[in-house]
Amino acid sequence: MDRMLVSPSPHIHTGRTTSGIMADVCIALLPAIVVSVLFYGWAELLVLGVSVVSCVLIEWAITKYLFKKEGRFCESAAVVTGLLLAMNLPVTTPWWVVFIGALFAIGVVKMSFGGLGQNVFNPAIAARVFLLISFPTYMTDWTVTPGFIHSTDAVSGATLLGRYAEGGVSAVAGTDYLGTLFLNIGGSAGEISAIALLIGFVYLLCRKVVKPWITLSIFATVALVSGIFFLADPSTYTDPLFNLLTGGLVLGACFMATDYVTSPMSFWGQIIYGAGIGFLVMMIRYFGAYPEGVSFAILIMNITVPLLNKAFHQRKFGRK
Amino acid sequence: MGGIHPCDSKFARECPIEVLPLPNTAYVSMAQHLGAPAKPVVNVGDYVKVGQVIAEPGGFISAFVHSPVSGTVKSIGPRADLAGNSVTHIEITVQDDEWADGIDLSKDLVTDIPYTREEILDKIKACGVVGLGGATFPTHVKLNPAPGKVAECLIINCAECEPFLTSDYRIMLERTKEIIVGVAIMQKALNGCRCVIGIEENKPEAIDAMAAAVAQLGFPDIEVKTLKKKYPQGGEKQLIDAVMHRQVRSGCLPIDEGAVVQNVATALAVYEAVQKNKPLITNTLTVTGDSIPANRQHNYLFRIGTPLSFIIEYSGGVPQTTAKIISGGPMMGKAVANIDAATVKGSSSVLYLSRKATLRDEPGQCIRCGRCADACPMGLEPFLLLRLCKAADMPQLEENAVQDCIECGCCMYSCPSALPLLDYIRQGKGQVMGIIKSRNIKK
Amino acid sequence: MTNTIIWTIVVLAGLGLVLAFVLYLIATKFKVEEDPRIDEIEKVMPGANCGGCGYAGCRAFADAAVKDTTLEGHFCPVGGDEVMTKVAGILGIEAVKKAPQVAVVRCNGTCENRPKTNIYDGAQTCRIKAALYSGDTACPYGCLGCGDCVAACQFGAISMDPQTGLPVVDDSKCTGCGACSKACPKHVIELRNKGPRSMRVFVSCINKDKGAVARKACSAACIGCGKCAKVCAQDAITVQDNVAYIDFTKCKLCKKCVAECPTGAIHAVNFPVLPPKKEAGNEQ
Repeated sequence: MDRMLVSPSPHIHTGRTTSGIMADVCIALLPAIVVSVLFYGWAELLVLGVSVVSCVLIEWAITKYLFKKEGRFCESAAVVTGLLLAMNLPVTTPWWVVFIGALFAIGVVKMSFGGLGQNVFNPAIAARVFLLISFPTYMTDWTVTPGFIHSTDAVSGATLLGRYAEGGVSAVAGTDYLGTLFLNIGGSAGEISAIALLIGFVYLLCRKVVKPWITLSIFATVALVSGIFFLADPSTYTDPLFNLLTGGLVLGACFMATDYVTSPMSFWGQIIYGAGIGFLVMMIRYFGAYPEGVSFAILIMNITVPLLNKAFHQRKFGRK
Repeated sequence: MGGIHPCDSKFARECPIEVLPLPNTAYVSMAQHLGAPAKPVVNVGDYVKVGQVIAEPGGFISAFVHSPVSGTVKSIGPRADLAGNSVTHIEITVQDDEWADGIDLSKDLVTDIPYTREEILDKIKACGVVGLGGATFPTHVKLNPAPGKVAECLIINCAECEPFLTSDYRIMLERTKEIIVGVAIMQKALNGCRCVIGIEENKPEAIDAMAAAVAQLGFPDIEVKTLKKKYPQGGEKQLIDAVMHRQVRSGCLPIDEGAVVQNVATALAVYEAVQKNKPLITNTLTVTGDSIPANRQHNYLFRIGTPLSFIIEYSGGVPQTTAKIISGGPMMGKAVANIDAATVKGSSSVLYLSRKATLRDEPGQCIRCGRCADACPMGLEPFLLLRLCKAADMPQLEENAVQDCIECGCCMYSCPSALPLLDYIRQGKGQVMGIIKSRNIKK
Repeated sequence: MTNTIIWTIVVLAGLGLVLAFVLYLIATKFKVEEDPRIDEIEKVMPGANCGGCGYAGCRAFADAAVKDTTLEGHFCPVGGDEVMTKVAGILGIEAVKKAPQVAVVRCNGTCENRPKTNIYDGAQTCRIKAALYSGDTACPYGCLGCGDCVAACQFGAISMDPQTGLPVVDDSKCTGCGACSKACPKHVIELRNKGPRSMRVFVSCINKDKGAVARKACSAACIGCGKCAKVCAQDAITVQDNVAYIDFTKCKLCKKCVAECPTGAIHAVNFPVLPPKKEAGNEQ
């Protein structure tokens, strides 16, 4: 008889692994990626490719040569960071800017805190903000490249939020909401199709990868805050539907704010975290210097996560 | 609150209970119940009959031990239990199968309960009955609430929420009426309180059989309740919550909420003890697993003290692809380090798990997904407790209620990073319990 | 422009002065009177804060030493006699001499001597392993090999030998603080006198099982035969619970017992390797 294994209980496991969960996130991003590649063509594929490959390589190199750890690291987590970073960048971003973004995301934001599970900020968001501040010209160039299913030659189009910031409500009057829900040419890959992102999010919910509370809380707060402002003065402030469907809100609320590591764990923590993001997004959109504020809002709320985790616990059995 | 839904895997549910033959030698452990070990009262060379007392309680919380076989006491001394630790055992060489006087061996159902409460408790104590749900707490102590505490509800735990195990299910089908009489006896011992028999919804045949038997025998105030299928539904506190909608407060006992929980196998043992004068010398055990073919799964009625190796050999040896042998369920059972160890009163299975099912993954990093906290039936935060245990921060551990942990294993089962959560939490819990205990003594 | 710079300097300097004064007031108001000797002692301590003396750290030790009238019961194993003499000098009392000690691993259950009987698959710490069961070999007393002692050592003096699966103590780094000994759930590690030039003789086994059982579990086990005790002229060896123990205060390092042990459980370490003896007959 072979030697038997001996260990403390439990002796069985669900079989769900961290890599599996991250792979689920990649699958959930797939619809949005397909849409973006169809519409922005080879250029988008290049941004995605550079971002993913550099994230994985940088994480591998740091694990091996700086941490001096042998064995596997969670590649799929790096792939998720790479995908999210690429989806936050304009399609025209030069490859070396993408690489710098990846280096910042993995090298500075993630690995310098100790790697997977230790980082305070969402790596993709922090890298996007870093690039936005460092390379503002590249990061606000919303030229549309020719895609596979629409043949418009390079059109330069400001995003809807950009037009609002420039020209106020009149500049975005008559926006086709149904159109923005399905297709919204202009903006980064993650801003094209809200419906594609939502399909992916429903997949995540079905697979029980994430819970819906943060996302719902963000949407509700955005709708509420913009609703109040819109009712008070419709000529200055955009309406709730416009705010829900434009910009990076869907991507941010569904995929970035729900990142395990940088979001609170308890129910009330998640609700407050989401409400904070929603409120900050609207404040930046209405009063800030930047047309879009999802990244900043998430980054700011990331800071509060340890506090929220400390303040809110789930109710313990048999205790008040 | 919390809980997990592991695959049922009750492969042996259709296998009728078979009687396991007698071993050549039985090894009876002196520590097969919670509390003080029993003290041997026989000497080497004595001839003992089946059911004869061979050890008496070593304290208030302790139990009688009876000879499961008849033969000569060969030795009394230390022997390795299934974890390889030395425990005093009485070794008996089996000669024949002569039973002690006064034990009713007939199969007739005795439904009359002419005994008083005290007589019942004495009989249960004299027959060495202990809780067979896992904790092996002496039953007569549990059925005799401390002064000032009143039992409002007797809950019979028929959840058998651990995957693989089927022995409780089989006795519910095959010995239904005896169990119901046993339940009525315990009810009488608790001054006729209300009684609820809780069965998980995945055992409809057992629910029907038990409900039919209750109706037929006509004992008052016994109700069969269907419970949701969930692990750990059979945990004492979870069961009380599910049946009575009351949560036992931290640091309190079920009796503080007016509940007494007894396992279904204990009810059968009580029936045999009170109505048949038969001490607790047999129990039912499942031989199952994912690495054993369907035709080799069994439910056995075995004599306590039979070596595990005898059961393994009789049932056809360890299957080829087995990587781990477990005594008990896959969630809370003990891995067997020594297959020569003897079975004890609380043995409920020989479980063979394949490498694929049981080998732990390399532990990764906590990704703060919160699955462990979602799974914890006690509402604890295992990810936090793990960190505090590693840092040995006892005040914070107590603050975060590590002492409430019921060691069900849900956290580790659901951790995607394969972190050894319960391994560490069990350590921390032990230390915090020690601190609380010494503080209470000082008071 | 110049004005701005001057004003800046003046304001900052003024602010500094005011705050310095406030700090001074607070420092005098809340000053804690302490025996100055505590600071002096702390200065001569090794500063490892290892807890080997039984106190939380070097300062706690200094505090305790000053409060007590004698140095009896206060000893810094890391600093040894040298530091204790200095401490005694500061306190103006007699130093308590103590032989330097070193951690000794009393298990020789290498992978070869002590075959594995099962594979441990739980968390890799000795504490958890010991709480679960007797271990992955047939010897329930020996080293579990998960390296809790290595983690406990602040001086980097213990490492696991991948070949044998046992911890190895580096005599030159070991300070004898005893942290490893406390961390070992099986009490395999003992603090023993370092001995002249680190020479030591000790029984490298603590198996209390009967000879045959112990031998079956590990070929290098002490079987409690007592041959060593018979040959010892110093009466340093006692056999209790089937295992021999050499009292390091009595042992004169004659090594007679080493040759006598049938299982090689008695180890003599750091003895100079003698050139092979020439037999008397060959010289002529």
